[in-house]
Amino acid sequence: MSKAFQYTGLTLSYLLKTAILIIFVFPFLWMISTSLQTYRETLSYPPTLIPALPQWINFVDAMSAGPFPTYAKNSITITLSIIAIQLLVMIPAAYAFAKYRFAGKNVLFSLVLLAFMIPGQVTFIPVYLMMADWGIAKTLLPQIIPFMSNAFGIFLLRQYFMQIPEEIVEAARLDNASEFTIMRKIMVPMSMPALATIALFSFVSHWNDYFWPLIMTDSAAIRPLTLGIAMLRETEGISNWHIIMAGNVVLVIPILVVYLFCSKQIVKAFVYSGIK
Amino acid sequence: MASIEFVRVTKSFDKQEVIKDLDLKIEDGKFTVLVGPSGCGKTTLLRMIAGLDPQTSGSVLINGKDVSRIAPGQRGVAMVFQNYAIYPTMSVRENIEFGLKNNKVGKAERTELVESISRAVGLYDYLDRKPSTLSGGQRQRVALARAMVKKPSVFLMDEPLSNLDAKLRVQMRIELIELHKKLGTTFVYVTHDQVEAMSMADTIVLMNKGVIQQEAPPDRMYRQPSNCFTAQFIGVPPMNIAELGANGVKYGFRPESANLSAEPGDELFSLRGRIATREMLGSETIYQVRSGSGAFMIKCREDLFAVDQEAYVGVPADKLNFFGPDERRIEARDSSYRDYLEALRGQRHG
Repeated sequence: MSKAFQYTGLTLSYLLKTAILIIFVFPFLWMISTSLQTYRETLSYPPTLIPALPQWINFVDAMSAGPFPTYAKNSITITLSIIAIQLLVMIPAAYAFAKYRFAGKNVLFSLVLLAFMIPGQVTFIPVYLMMADWGIAKTLLPQIIPFMSNAFGIFLLRQYFMQIPEEIVEAARLDNASEFTIMRKIMVPMSMPALATIALFSFVSHWNDYFWPLIMTDSAAIRPLTLGIAMLRETEGISNWHIIMAGNVVLVIPILVVYLFCSKQIVKAFVYSGIK
Repeated sequence: MASIEFVRVTKSFDKQEVIKDLDLKIEDGKFTVLVGPSGCGKTTLLRMIAGLDPQTSGSVLINGKDVSRIAPGQRGVAMVFQNYAIYPTMSVRENIEFGLKNNKVGKAERTELVESISRAVGLYDYLDRKPSTLSGGQRQRVALARAMVKKPSVFLMDEPLSNLDAKLRVQMRIELIELHKKLGTTFVYVTHDQVEAMSMADTIVLMNKGVIQQEAPPDRMYRQPSNCFTAQFIGVPPMNIAELGANGVKYGFRPESANLSAEPGDELFSLRGRIATREMLGSETIYQVRSGSGAFMIKCREDLFAVDQEAYVGVPADKLNFFGPDERRIEARDSSYRDYLEALRGQRHG
């Protein structure tokens, strides 16, 4: 009786997991499938699930529809700069919030949390005007400067740093380590899971960002991939879904690569810090 | 090598004074144990020497030099923490080497030091292992090696054995005594375990509520406790203390200095009672004897009595201690000492 009950539970749990998997994976497979179809196949009914002959030419067509090397270069520059600067800002900030006692600490931390809660849609006009005022509107900087700090990252990293025993930091101070050395040699290696998670989130959100570059750019020279791919839609007034999807596949590949790399790091880092 | 001195040191946490106007001198090259119940301020003292929680006022001197404004890493002290505080992402070698690297010691010298120290503590074969793969005892050795390699003038230890199992603790205790003998450096050791204090210390500093109760070598601390607190903190079971009757004076004797017999003996102090509990520990037996003047713990070599049996407790005059109404010890040379002895004699068989 209880065994039958157990098997029913197990079956239900697998069914539910499969259903969730289909819901999440299907659009992704649909995108890949469409990117390899002919224009006719994209319009046919019932919809084509597997193209008769994979149309690799779609990728060439998509990439030659605009200055894609420039878009890709811009996307890479913007995203990597943001992550690098964020790490430089976040680590010392989180360290100070987690391990120092100073006047006004709670007020400052509340301000950080407040920044975390204000949506970009509220600030984009003043930020754009400010950037234009500074004369950098036609560079990549307006897509980087507003994201130099990451309130969510500071919050997450602070929580992580707080779990590192005080004695480890004290032992390092007794070992004559400077605060910079403590951060670099002790806090950072011990926080790899948190850092990898934050970097991954940051990468995904800035690589995929559409709204902010749309507001901040007015020429192809400074546009990232997301805008370039969105522009595929407007060629010739009709929607070439196979070309658009080919562009999207190109856009998504780096995220997959970064995810695979990060997930490995996360596992490794968890093994390292698995000591009390 | 260095002596340590506290001069009128006060320490407050959030406006609450935990230590007030404390003076203490820790001698050069001695193994000094700070002992006391939890919250007595012993760890606070240790952290003040290290510079991790500087004093609120007063000064801390190492080798006669005021170190109040010197950073922890530059005081020439090394500390072993209760949870070892090993850097988990570094290998054993990197852990030991970290302090040397920060002190800009050259690579060749570093390698030599790390290897000789790791041999001394038996970690040589584990140098490239990560701490997570080591046992509790081995981690403890990493922490020790990390402290030793810097050749500090003062070793600070904050309950370093409390995370080890009982057997390993006894072994490490002996190793620490030998280490101290070999290095001849000043050791300051914090523990709440009076057995550890008695077994390792040259000098014990017993604290309670931020105040030093007594500062003495283990044997004096045991034989001549300077007040009721010391008498009852040191020794297992603690000293028996009871009211003498007049003026709030108390008398006391150690469980092992009393004789238990079926017939009254000829000791100065003698008391009839009934055995209430019996704890047979193998080499000795601990009885609780209840009488009109209270309950007393008696430790005997032999196991001759049963529960509910009547027995006489006898204590010779030289094993008796007296404490005044302020709980301070009344010395034998004190004029009233003889009167108290006589008063006790008068209470025979109470």
